[in-house]
Amino acid sequence: MSSYLKMPKLSDTMTEGTLAKWLKKEGDPIAVDEDVAEIETDKATMTMQSFEEGILHKIYVKEGQAVPLGGALALILEEGEEPPADADQPPAAETKAAAPKAASDQSGSSAPSDSPSKATPAPAASASAPAPAASSARIKASPLARKIAQEKGIDLARVTGSGPGGRIVKKDVENAPVGGGGGSLGLLPPALAKPDQSLPLSGMRRVIAQRLLESKTTIPHFYLNIEIDTEPLMNLREQVNAASVANGGPKYTVNDFVMRATVLAAGTVPAVNASFQGDAILQYGEIHLSVAVAVEDGLVTPVIRSAQSKSIRDLAGELKDLATRARDKKLTPNEMTGGTITISNLGAFGIANFDAIINPPQAAILSIGTITKQPVVNEHNQIVPGQRMWVGMSCDHRVIDGAVGAKFLSELKRFLENPVLLIS
Amino acid sequence: MATYDLIVIGGGPAGYVGAIRAAQLGKKVACVENDRAGGTCLNWGCIPTKALLKNAEMYTTLKDKADEFGLSFDNLSYDWSKVIGRSRNVSNKLAGGIEFLFKKNKVDYLRGTGALAGTGKVSVTDAEGKTETHDAKNVLLATGCRARDLPFLKFDGQRVIGAREAMLMPEQPKELLIIGAGAIGVEFAYFYNAFGTKVTIVEMMDHLLPVEDTEVSQALEKSFKKQGINFHTATKTTAAQVADSGVELTIEPAKGGDSVTLKGDVVLVAVGVGAILPEGTEKLKLTDRGFVETNDRYQTNLPGVSAAGDLIGPPWLAHVASFEAIHAVESMFDPKHKSKKVGLFPGCTYCHPEVASIGLTERACKEKGIAYKVGKFPFQASGRALAAGEPEGFVKLIYGEKYGELLGAHIIGAQATELIAEMGLAITLEATHEELESTIHAHPTLSEAIHEATSDAFGHVIHI
Repeated sequence: MSSYLKMPKLSDTMTEGTLAKWLKKEGDPIAVDEDVAEIETDKATMTMQSFEEGILHKIYVKEGQAVPLGGALALILEEGEEPPADADQPPAAETKAAAPKAASDQSGSSAPSDSPSKATPAPAASASAPAPAASSARIKASPLARKIAQEKGIDLARVTGSGPGGRIVKKDVENAPVGGGGGSLGLLPPALAKPDQSLPLSGMRRVIAQRLLESKTTIPHFYLNIEIDTEPLMNLREQVNAASVANGGPKYTVNDFVMRATVLAAGTVPAVNASFQGDAILQYGEIHLSVAVAVEDGLVTPVIRSAQSKSIRDLAGELKDLATRARDKKLTPNEMTGGTITISNLGAFGIANFDAIINPPQAAILSIGTITKQPVVNEHNQIVPGQRMWVGMSCDHRVIDGAVGAKFLSELKRFLENPVLLIS
Repeated sequence: MATYDLIVIGGGPAGYVGAIRAAQLGKKVACVENDRAGGTCLNWGCIPTKALLKNAEMYTTLKDKADEFGLSFDNLSYDWSKVIGRSRNVSNKLAGGIEFLFKKNKVDYLRGTGALAGTGKVSVTDAEGKTETHDAKNVLLATGCRARDLPFLKFDGQRVIGAREAMLMPEQPKELLIIGAGAIGVEFAYFYNAFGTKVTIVEMMDHLLPVEDTEVSQALEKSFKKQGINFHTATKTTAAQVADSGVELTIEPAKGGDSVTLKGDVVLVAVGVGAILPEGTEKLKLTDRGFVETNDRYQTNLPGVSAAGDLIGPPWLAHVASFEAIHAVESMFDPKHKSKKVGLFPGCTYCHPEVASIGLTERACKEKGIAYKVGKFPFQASGRALAAGEPEGFVKLIYGEKYGELLGAHIIGAQATELIAEMGLAITLEATHEELESTIHAHPTLSEAIHEATSDAFGHVIHI
């Protein structure tokens, strides 16, 4: 039976290959495993060998021509076989969607072998390798199946076709779960190849991109971090919360204590509450605390004004209000500008430590990690269970030198590890 | 004594097709046939009857429509023996073609009567009584069916005949009685009536061609009445008297009532067929109607023995038999082959007007509780049909209400049996009315009626 020599998948990332050189010409006999061509991929040039024996009847692809994966390169006939009527034309491009292909593998004798070629080295095609063209390619499905799928909200790309050549027919979609899948029970649906999407920038994203690029490229960042023993803080927080709840008050988060500690530490080391102004350094008289809040598709940094004069309760209440309105997109521009120092807390996501990018024109931003339980060495040189939290600090070196930053962090550590100072 | 991968017993549309398919798969194959390759279809069915029907149509056209077409001639007559002879010539020519195909595909053609001779063995007894036994890794039974007679009306080949005799009658009967109004009964009724025989059909069910859509049956009844064919539907034959002078049938309404007597020279019994079982098949499991039981891969209960074609039960159609044989053979040699049983097939009757259908009738939709829409277009409104002098009949299409998929097509009229092919493809591809409507059908052709009937079902028909 005649078969096509097809562009093999020679690397995981390959989506097409270039026929570098034919090693056989039309009319040449070909043996199994015999070299037939050299293929240039995105990684290397490799020799391609035939899976079939026969006569190289017709070459469809010129040297130097790029061909997508699975594209026909040449037609191989058995010895003495009459060429089919359409031998002069390469076959139309096949749909390479994962699902129909899987079905055609089971469809039995009449289907010609899928790819009569292999290559050395031939890494196994990775199941999860993206096939960017796949879902934009035509899915073979009957008009009726398409209508039913559309009505039921079934993704045809995830349905296995049982019709001729893996065509999706009525009974395939009738049995398919909404959204796709279907067919073989207990198996994961085939990895989906989704096309690249171009997502237009939102206004917020534009601002984030512009400001952070400006920050990271114009501000000489340096990074410090310090480990905080949070056991006293957690104990105190437990008592405070118990008392607060008993009086019908709110529960305080770790972040509420961190805010208060930051304000107090910045009060003792005012050099970090400052801004580089080109020909001067502006040291702020008040502490306006910016807090990063994640919102849908971005983040904002609302500002708690005059934080130095606010108690933990005030800070907590104000942040709660600002964060809620930030998520509802109801903050005024005024509420998002004018901060003097920023806190970014990713502890809730389990992040141990990180280094944030400075929020200009400020000179410092704190990166708060999560609290983890870990073995610690106590004052008696014993290893005991303890709990720790990393706090990082990104500093604008034009404003804050290493020693100043370190001073600030050690003050912050002092407040957090002696939390009674935070509520007194 | 030889060893084969497959021995096929029977050389009809199932047998010869199965044998050639196996040979194409590279297997060593023999096909055993005791009559002549081609089976009922080619020798005693489809082909020779179509030759006769063409004679009838030509004769009727000249006899009844010459004036309409502005033709005139004196003394139109026919030579009965030549009418029958042409039919046999067509058959003979095609039978030779099959022997050629066997040679081309290197299938051994064994003339004789095949029988199972124990597991993996087939014996072939030739005309002289000489028996030879061969080893067969696989056997495909494709021996077909023969006409069934009635307990009180046994075939005698003279007065009580089956289809086979009906196409060989040395003399034209003056009065022909036909029991059964399926395709065979109806086609012979048309043929004999066209040549002037007085024909009377007796049918148990309510209509001629009872499996067809009721509207089609009614249209055919109207046409037959006009042609002068008598018929008694919803009527059973309760007794018969056969004498040298002729046949007398006693009939009465199927629901009970007064009986009547019909007289004729000959009675054609066309009530159905029964499986032909070769010797050695005593242990073969049969269905309750006496046909060979097969599983989804066409295997019988006997190891290594498969069956395909008429003998595994209805529909008894050549095109179905060939389909079954191919699937039986591919199942045999390819364990991965996804075997299919016949579910969708066109049914064709070649009387005039022709009748062809595929898929569900309106009756079946109602029984199954399927919501449907019907579109109809009469050939009376087709330019091509009028130009050809064939205004009789219509196209009736049944579409699913919700998705508009084609569920069934029923055509009565000239060329109906050719028009049905498009409908088969449409149903197989699960086409909806949108594909049918957006396909341009050439003008002027009869096939435009399909397009118009589709539009009619969805309220946008133009020409009626």
